[in-house]
Amino acid sequence: MAAKFDLNDDNVVVIIGSGAGGGTLGNELAQKGVNVVILEAGKRYTIEDFINDEWASFAQLAWTDARTTSGTWRVAKNFPNLPAWIVKAVGGTTTHWAGASLRFQPHEFKALTTYGKVEGANLHDWPLTLEEMEPFYARAEDKMGVTRTNGLPGLPGNNNFKVFKAGADKLGYKECNTGHMAINSVPRDNRNSCQQTGFCFQGCKWGAKWSTLYTEIPKGETTGHMEVRPESRVLRVEHDDSGKVNAVVYVDKDGARQRQKARIVCVAGNSIESPRLLLNSASSKYPDGLGNSSGQVGRNYMRHVTGSVYGVFEKPVHMYRGTTMAGIIRDEARNDPGRGFVGGYEFETLSLGIPFMAAFLDPGAWGRSFTSAMDDYPNMAGMWIVGEDMPQESNRVTLSPTVKDKFGLPVADVHFDDHPNDVAMRSHAYGQGQKLYDAVGAVRTLPTPPYPSTHNLGTNRMSEKASDGVVNKWGQSHDIRNLFVSDGSQFTTGGAENPTLTIVALAIRQAEYIAAQMNARAI
Amino acid sequence: MLGHHGAHAPHSPGRRLFLRRSSEIAFAAAVAVSSGGALISATEAWGLEVKGLQPETMKTLILMSRDIYPHDRLADRYYAIAAKPFDEKAAADPAQKDMFEKGVAALNALAGPGGYVGTGWEADRVALLHKISDQPMFEAVRSTLVVSLYNQQEIWPIFGYEGESFSKGGYIHRGFDDLDWL
Repeated sequence: MAAKFDLNDDNVVVIIGSGAGGGTLGNELAQKGVNVVILEAGKRYTIEDFINDEWASFAQLAWTDARTTSGTWRVAKNFPNLPAWIVKAVGGTTTHWAGASLRFQPHEFKALTTYGKVEGANLHDWPLTLEEMEPFYARAEDKMGVTRTNGLPGLPGNNNFKVFKAGADKLGYKECNTGHMAINSVPRDNRNSCQQTGFCFQGCKWGAKWSTLYTEIPKGETTGHMEVRPESRVLRVEHDDSGKVNAVVYVDKDGARQRQKARIVCVAGNSIESPRLLLNSASSKYPDGLGNSSGQVGRNYMRHVTGSVYGVFEKPVHMYRGTTMAGIIRDEARNDPGRGFVGGYEFETLSLGIPFMAAFLDPGAWGRSFTSAMDDYPNMAGMWIVGEDMPQESNRVTLSPTVKDKFGLPVADVHFDDHPNDVAMRSHAYGQGQKLYDAVGAVRTLPTPPYPSTHNLGTNRMSEKASDGVVNKWGQSHDIRNLFVSDGSQFTTGGAENPTLTIVALAIRQAEYIAAQMNARAI
Repeated sequence: MLGHHGAHAPHSPGRRLFLRRSSEIAFAAAVAVSSGGALISATEAWGLEVKGLQPETMKTLILMSRDIYPHDRLADRYYAIAAKPFDEKAAADPAQKDMFEKGVAALNALAGPGGYVGTGWEADRVALLHKISDQPMFEAVRSTLVVSLYNQQEIWPIFGYEGESFSKGGYIHRGFDDLDWL
């Protein structure tokens, strides 16, 4: 059963966040007998609580606490207080994610070596390689039940996939299938198989899609070594005179301020809240924030080159039926600078319901050009672009000088400008996506701008040298050896792949390291 | 409140769910202001009590809502429902009321004799909307409508969207892969 630890227990590992990084790390440590307290800002829902309704689900799950935006990205204009579409709940964004689980390509761990210096980009190689990651990717795929791995069948293709696949064939693409999805194609791990319900983004009511909410977290609790405290909003991480972190201050579900002592602190609050917390934890010893001797905390914010293409056909598609992300094309994921940009991108099918289509098809648009597209909704097919964006030092999460949260702490400002490489990649992807639908008879194609970011990466990046980044190859702070970063903010570069599988693999690997370091009394 | 709870609504609106709008010019005549200050649609059989705004202002906002997001298959009642938040905001906040009343008055002044509602062609009204599209009132209307119109479950079937599916067992036996025209 779930453990209960004392606030003064200074032998616990405190993990902030319960999503792909924090939830996985917590379970992995608990399985090894390490005592873990997970502080989660959001509420704890059950599968039964999830709602097949886009706005109602958004109100239930989305992180809508105040944030601000700046920069030239269109999100700052259309959604100035919603830079990211991520979740505030136990399980974090693993409740909302679509399930695509792709390994990085070998060259993506060596971005600087492969792409060379790109003006305006702060590229580095990761301090680890695909070979080092492979065993952990394998364990992550097994844990998550990823289709097309470990002998698991692929999911069946829905209508949206059929259109997508037909277009891929017409364009000569070779790598198109229903994906590597952390969605059960057969019953597994005491969870149902996919019933093609749609609403993957709204929380899977069958539990077919992997989420830490109903896998890692209950498994960790069963060990008796893990306690999850929902509705616990962390304000700051504290340290002792020697500089080691030793406690986490948070506001509990009743609004009372608490201080949990800690042997180790692991930050896994997503790439916006994690750097915000480190910056808000500044002290006289660390005036620029915790772990920030490099000045890189909050910098190199990445969000993937994204965008969507919708195609309108003469006959019905009903794209919303079945798995939201029902297929992938990987042919453009290679690095081929001959296309006019470095790095690559994936195409993945995507659908939105009427309420979100209205909000996101062309934010701010009105009139008949817009509404005639909405009128064609049943005849629409849709795809999403996800590609590698260039890390830039000036794309960053900072503390707002003006806006504070209800606890008096500055909120995060998210600044983003596209790099010219990002613009060239998106333009290429729009062109190919439109060609694909045209090839199967689209009467109209709609290149749709990026949604608020779902892939938030890089703001506490890994680096070989302490001067280049925030954490080492284990996600351990270069400055403070018992402070770890355990989410996508560790990413040195973004790759073209949806990040969750890599976050989970890194968490499994980090758990091994932390447990070994604890056993050796090194931390 | 809309529909059969309204004092002057002769019929339940339910049976007219898929009512198609009868004609472009009908709106000005079809929606009347009652002596009690409510909006009444005789052709579509609904009534709308107006709490915060002048009834004529609300009538203008309903037509403006249609002109911003024109769907010929949607009856006026759905736009009336979508416009209700404007009246509610006006009733709750004098600053909002002022914004809507002044914004609509300015729109009517731009339109000239007959005002916005009396401008017969959609294209002429849309030209007026373009002139005020950088005003806070316009963006307040549009950004509210994009939710209050498209989040009405009653209109989803008109758009061919089936909504909630879990209670029906998803689509695994209900056509997730029934596309046969490729």
